[in-house]
Amino acid sequence: MRVALDINGTPYEADVEPRTLLSDFIRHEAGLTGTKVGCEHGVCGACTVQLDGEAVRSCLMLAVQARGRAVRTIEALDHPLQAAFNATHALQCGFCTAGILMSLEPFLRDRPDAGEAEVRQALAGNLCRCTGYEAMVEAVRIVQRGEA
Amino acid sequence: MARTGAALKPAPFEYSAPSSLDEALALLDDDSRPLAGGQSLVPLLNFRLARPERIVDLNGVAELAYIRRSGGVLRIGAMTRQAALERSALVAEHWPLLRQAVRFVGHAQIRARGTVGGSVAQADPKAELPVALAALDARFHVRSPRGERTLGAGELFAGPLMTTLAPDELLTEIEVPPLPPGARTAFAEHARTHGDFAAAGAAVVLAPGHAAVALLGPVRARDAEAALRGGAAAPEAAALAGAEVAEGHPRALTAELVRRAIEAARS
Repeated sequence: MRVALDINGTPYEADVEPRTLLSDFIRHEAGLTGTKVGCEHGVCGACTVQLDGEAVRSCLMLAVQARGRAVRTIEALDHPLQAAFNATHALQCGFCTAGILMSLEPFLRDRPDAGEAEVRQALAGNLCRCTGYEAMVEAVRIVQRGEA
Repeated sequence: MARTGAALKPAPFEYSAPSSLDEALALLDDDSRPLAGGQSLVPLLNFRLARPERIVDLNGVAELAYIRRSGGVLRIGAMTRQAALERSALVAEHWPLLRQAVRFVGHAQIRARGTVGGSVAQADPKAELPVALAALDARFHVRSPRGERTLGAGELFAGPLMTTLAPDELLTEIEVPPLPPGARTAFAEHARTHGDFAAAGAAVVLAPGHAAVALLGPVRARDAEAALRGGAAAPEAAALAGAEVAEGHPRALTAELVRRAIEAARS
């Protein structure tokens, strides 16, 4: 079927089967490979993108379901979190980073003054197997203090 | 465009996206599966553990997404997102147990898509919302082209991942009666990792002359409820609730969580 999606404000159109996941459409049809695909069953969070401003797992949606919605991926992110992650070395291999940033941005929009426990809870849906989470929590604190 | 037809995980299916409940009901049969939030069904599709011939996507059925109160009764449309339940001021004020429980469902990214009705119809024995709804004596409204029926939790849930819904039936609404006057509620669970499926969990509603205790399953702990109505102390009622689950660690964990939930509701 013909599927036309708005990703980062750009229209992408392709002939895909209904079973095509949004994550695969983003990577293989739109060629936006910043979004990573890990477990493909909703556990790791690597594929997290934003759908109408909310963080969602793109591996748990069919591409066709995103018709008429605004999909946003890491390629469109321009946020102080990125500089803060850089400053605190909050990534190593980087595989989880796109999903983490796409999760944290709407979290900080809704909860700008969140305390550390809440920040850690917000990170719980994204698995990192390199650095651990200390530097990510610190990066969020830097952004909250306006230092990034 | 990069390359085409690259990666496909689920087995092939026909896809229908009805925009009304009647249209959706006409599409449901033995070979189709309704798709609500997809947070349980899509993993099953990706693993090819579910291979329906047709997916009936309910996400375009706007008439099934609502939270409203009429005559003191809460009505939740089956396609209401878990995130909407979590954010509802109405729910927080009048049915705090639902908010206490929904926060334990997966992660924020899951709750953004996952639906209340999906969580009920999936009947995962580890799911939190069926437990809270069972403790609240919720009623479940079901529709098919053949008509309507309304079920209690005991009539709807038939075992792990099983309900009494026929293939052409759809859960449309969850009705929650008002809490008894002076009711206090609590939800407690233990999961090895935050956001994971819980090893044990309990919902408690306590009010003068009223006690409800529900465990993962969902299961109502009737002996514990009777003891609480008779003025039992938390540890005594908790031990009775623990007897509902398998001996050993699950029982000890359940009893401890029930004790904590009773104490939280009484504090």
